[in-house]
Amino acid sequence: MDVVTLSRVQFALTIMFHYIFPPLTIGLGVVLVYLEGMFLRTGDPLYESAAKFWTRIFGLNFAMGVVTGIVMEFEFGTNWAVYSRYVGDVFGSALAAEGIFAFFLESGFLALLLFGWGVVGPKMHFFATVMVAIGGIFSSIWITVANSWQQTPAGHIIREHVINGRVFRRAEIVDFWALVFNPSSIQRLIHVWLGAFILGAFFVMSISAWYILKNRHLEFAQRSFTGGLILATICSLAQLGSGHFQAVGVAENQPAKLAAMEGLFATESHAPMHLFGWPDEESKTVRYSVAIPGLLSWLVHFDAAKPVAGLNDLESQWGRPPVWLTFQSYHLMIAIGMLFIVTTLLASFLRWRGTLFTKRWLLWYFVFAVILAIVGNETGWAAAEVGRQPWIVYPTIANGAAEGGLRTSDAISEAIGPAHVLGSIIMFSIVYVLLFILWVFLLNNKIQHGPEPVTGREGTSTSGVPNDTARRVSRRRSLTETDS
Amino acid sequence: MDLNILWFILLGVLLAGYAILDGFDLGVGMLQPVAKNEEERRLVLNSIGPIWDGNEVWLVTFGGAMFAAFPETYATVFSGFYIAFMLVLFALILRAVSIEFRSKLESRAWRRFWDTGFFFSSLLASLLFGVAVGAAMNGVPLNERGVFVGRFIDEITVYSLLVGLMTVAMFVMHGAIFLYLKTEGELQQRVHAWMWRGFGFFLIMYLLVTIVTLAQIPRATRNFEHYPWAWIVVVLNVLAIANIPRAIAQHRPAYAFISSSATIAALVCLFGVALFPNLVTSKPTIENSLTIYNAASSHKTLVIMTIIACIGMPFVVGYTAVVYWSFRGKVELQEHSY
Repeated sequence: MDVVTLSRVQFALTIMFHYIFPPLTIGLGVVLVYLEGMFLRTGDPLYESAAKFWTRIFGLNFAMGVVTGIVMEFEFGTNWAVYSRYVGDVFGSALAAEGIFAFFLESGFLALLLFGWGVVGPKMHFFATVMVAIGGIFSSIWITVANSWQQTPAGHIIREHVINGRVFRRAEIVDFWALVFNPSSIQRLIHVWLGAFILGAFFVMSISAWYILKNRHLEFAQRSFTGGLILATICSLAQLGSGHFQAVGVAENQPAKLAAMEGLFATESHAPMHLFGWPDEESKTVRYSVAIPGLLSWLVHFDAAKPVAGLNDLESQWGRPPVWLTFQSYHLMIAIGMLFIVTTLLASFLRWRGTLFTKRWLLWYFVFAVILAIVGNETGWAAAEVGRQPWIVYPTIANGAAEGGLRTSDAISEAIGPAHVLGSIIMFSIVYVLLFILWVFLLNNKIQHGPEPVTGREGTSTSGVPNDTARRVSRRRSLTETDS
Repeated sequence: MDLNILWFILLGVLLAGYAILDGFDLGVGMLQPVAKNEEERRLVLNSIGPIWDGNEVWLVTFGGAMFAAFPETYATVFSGFYIAFMLVLFALILRAVSIEFRSKLESRAWRRFWDTGFFFSSLLASLLFGVAVGAAMNGVPLNERGVFVGRFIDEITVYSLLVGLMTVAMFVMHGAIFLYLKTEGELQQRVHAWMWRGFGFFLIMYLLVTIVTLAQIPRATRNFEHYPWAWIVVVLNVLAIANIPRAIAQHRPAYAFISSSATIAALVCLFGVALFPNLVTSKPTIENSLTIYNAASSHKTLVIMTIIACIGMPFVVGYTAVVYWSFRGKVELQEHSY
């Protein structure tokens, strides 16, 4: 394999592994703020116990996010040096802002969040929790802005830069706010946030559902599940709207990407929307497809009779993204989104009726649905990034013609060879597989351990040496308490 | 003063901040074998427990600032030192995982494994950072476009290895002083001995590196002719180093810690003076060097970044102070410790 392909494989591997954690952290951050805020307001020790439990889980996820995140920052330079030279001036401000406002905020206050119980007062601790949550959201802003600029560049100019007498072209900033509010950044940011909240909510619901099924920590679990369900239902519904408006934006700014996502080869009026299918790039058709005629035209233009441009016509100007992967990632994401809307609405209805926690099959679904939430987040990004090909920085449209841009194949470091990258792929694969196993193992450990029993309510506090018998007894007691 | 110089200085500040802060926690990692039993090992680990993560952010921000202010340098250095950076990543991942996961299980073998990982990764990271500084002092082969054209093995010279070892020694000393501040009783006594050993090791390496630098790298001292004030830094550096044993002997560990921090800051400053105005010095063709002018972002970007830094830095300093203040005093093991 050539160095470009290998570097793309490495980037995909490292970013997809990394991206399990940031949305979890952002989503859980919101949950923590809610729980601690409720504890401060009501003084109910159950909230405190819940906050401490989720904080431990949060800490584990955060650590994974940090170590895999440093890799990403390094990789721009190590593997994509030409790209770094091209975008450095534009990304500079966003990255500086991310470092100063987000990373320091998160990691500084994380110390108080994780180790500050009993060291600082509850109000200061709550403040630290809020700061960590805000830090997470801040960093998602800047990184999404930077990525959105790659999709729909704005606020810059392509200028010649001279080094030791040699001239080359790079993007330079002319308007900071136009760069920040480039045509896709707000819509994509909302989409990313909703995705993160959904993942955080499904994560909480997964663990809570498991406790309910196992008859453990019932009061804690039911309360957590309900909170997660409310968040998940609202965000899943909102995600539908967000996704729609984003697709309209893609149709306008990156028509070839939209065509690849929808498997549209020929330009047609009454363009159909495939529910599922198997795009065949050679015959330029979508096999085994079930499609709704005119829906795509209607969604893009609010008029089923209007044409939507297909890849055959777009290719000369925009290049051709890999259709099969873009199409399948995109459709998998939509399928998961739809499933989430149906199941969260159903669960909300049952919760309102008061019978949700007796529906074991639905609880089992929620135990495993968190995996789908991760897959949804990952495939959404895969569609966005693969659909951007063959460009690493998309060309801009000026007077109807594509202009500027940087091809992925031109963006690779000059100083590295395939052996370098193959070696690091092997290293990352081994390290990440071990990390993943470790993460799941420790997560399971913490879940098995569960929240600390609430002192006073259950009579005993068994912090310290694990004492299974004592815990089992207190569990039974909490069970009877909820029943009475 | 133009913004290119300002950002050169700011990069230096970030590097010095990183070296001082992560320096002591890398040092603590390398001193991990000093602990003799489970409780001591946890005390050593938890002395940096709440702060190591924040300290590492200085490296992330250093990398980000270099990318932003001098993208050419970032691209050349990171791609040119590919294998070195992959090893750094390996060390940083292993280190974070060792700290984070060590105490999660009761098993002895499990803890022993991660203790070794903590030690080894701290050592590897310190050594690599030193080697990188040594290679930068030495100069690396660049073509006229400013792209690295050598091999990884070219970056490892006797000189860069010496600087690597000096960095290891310096961090061991710095970490030992920090650990002395954070511990009590018998463990503290053993750490005390390591303050002296660390200092002795550092002094030898410092003298060696100084001699080799003066003999082999004439460029390193050339700037002293243009900037006589740099001699003040040299004097301060020597005074700070001399003050370390004095403060240890007088049983004033906080004073010793300030002195070793000043030593690190002065060395980073001298490193900057030696490089200026280059960021990456090309060898043998010095004309191909990347300087703070030809490698920089546009003026506009530097202006925006300066504004962002001016708004953000007071906050960073503020909450770093809050965190360190909250966790001041001797390290204690509690429910949420590692």
